Amino acid sequence: MSRQFTLAVTVVLISTTVQAEVAPQEVAYGEYGAIDTSLSGAPGDPASGAEIMANRGQGNCVACHAVGALDEVPFHGEVGPPLDGVADRWSEAELRGIVANAKMTFPGTIMPAFYKTTGFIRPGDGFSGKAGTEPLEPLLTAQQIEDVVSYLMTLHEN
Amino acid sequence: MRQTLRTGAARVMLGLAGSAALATGAIAQEANLVIDGEIEIVTRAPAPDHMENVSEIVSGWEYRSPETQAVQMDDFENPGMIGVDNARADFSAAMGPDGQSCAACHDNPESLEGARAVYPKWDETKGEVQTLEMQVNECVTERAGAEAWNYTGTRMTEMIALISSVSRGLPVNVAIDGPAQPTWEQGKEIYYTRYGQLELACANCHEDNYDNMIRADHLSQGQINGFPTYRLKNGKLNAVHNRFKGCVRDTRAQTFAPGSPEFVALELYVASRGNGLSVEGPSVRN
Repeated sequence: MSRQFTLAVTVVLISTTVQAEVAPQEVAYGEYGAIDTSLSGAPGDPASGAEIMANRGQGNCVACHAVGALDEVPFHGEVGPPLDGVADRWSEAELRGIVANAKMTFPGTIMPAFYKTTGFIRPGDGFSGKAGTEPLEPLLTAQQIEDVVSYLMTLHEN
Repeated sequence: MRQTLRTGAARVMLGLAGSAALATGAIAQEANLVIDGEIEIVTRAPAPDHMENVSEIVSGWEYRSPETQAVQMDDFENPGMIGVDNARADFSAAMGPDGQSCAACHDNPESLEGARAVYPKWDETKGEVQTLEMQVNECVTERAGAEAWNYTGTRMTEMIALISSVSRGLPVNVAIDGPAQPTWEQGKEIYYTRYGQLELACANCHEDNYDNMIRADHLSQGQINGFPTYRLKNGKLNAVHNRFKGCVRDTRAQTFAPGSPEFVALELYVASRGNGLSVEGPSVRN
């Protein structure tokens, strides 16, 4: 395979991915908050998802949720339910909806929306305390959401 | 957390002991926090009537580690008391064109005993709710004719720590009715508003989730009876409006300014959620 051909294929793949990505304002939530298709247009990477969940600067999911499979990561919180066995309780579409904007599934939940960019009260510029301009950057990118969802789908009981 | 568990265990034992223990009441009210062996601090009390969703109010001291708790039990160990000593010297320092000082009107800091417990409070002359900081600055600018102190600056925060220290052990008792009520209502609305990109209200963490862990932090009720607070985290006395500011910032929101009408209202409301706890400032937290 020539280098030119490889480059061409790569370009096609990238443009396909860009076209398929769903912007935060355009996400179609089901009646109960599920999102049927990948937000990035690509499958998720569970290994990356695990890192995002543990990283304080990214998802930091363990700040509120205990995850047995991530027990090497210190200090799991107890604000939200433990996520062990979550793949048995929810479908991929439901988990995607909950990670993207949990309030579509659980109205009033404390859980922040990780793929929402507008409609906030006094939105800030990150953690600066200064005013931000909507649309803000989402807390996680479309692909990061997919990575987290793909990791959650590995969390079966036993 | 261990302390809370221990307290919890003690309460279970009280429950097992049955009505005899409950009838005396004395055991249940025994102070866990006694400063220098003499100032008894109420760290748990029945919630004031206006609180709809909480039955017991709890000082932030209860949520800290035994090591941190111990620091507050001894004024020689409490680094916040250094600020109190600084302010004690400042109390009689001359300021303004006529060389006025706090002591010129108030004799000594002890004469202000009780003040911390009832602030913020309605000021008839000004026609607004005033925090203790606003009152100090009124004295500094209008009585002494000096430059106003920075609202959350070291000098102000140390003076507030001094004024608090002489009220330690007295119950917080801010008025929420009468002319103060609209400000209190405003503060309540702020308390329940979900700000910022994380869409978090004070209530999400400090009413719905106190006693839960959020990562390595043990969530408290966000009581402010211990302010100013010496935080081990930043090694200084912290003014309550700076703490508010930090919390709002952490919701990825545009904060309010220290001394702003919004934070004054919020301070009145949050203080009222602690009516019945003791004044603790300067407390020690992590």
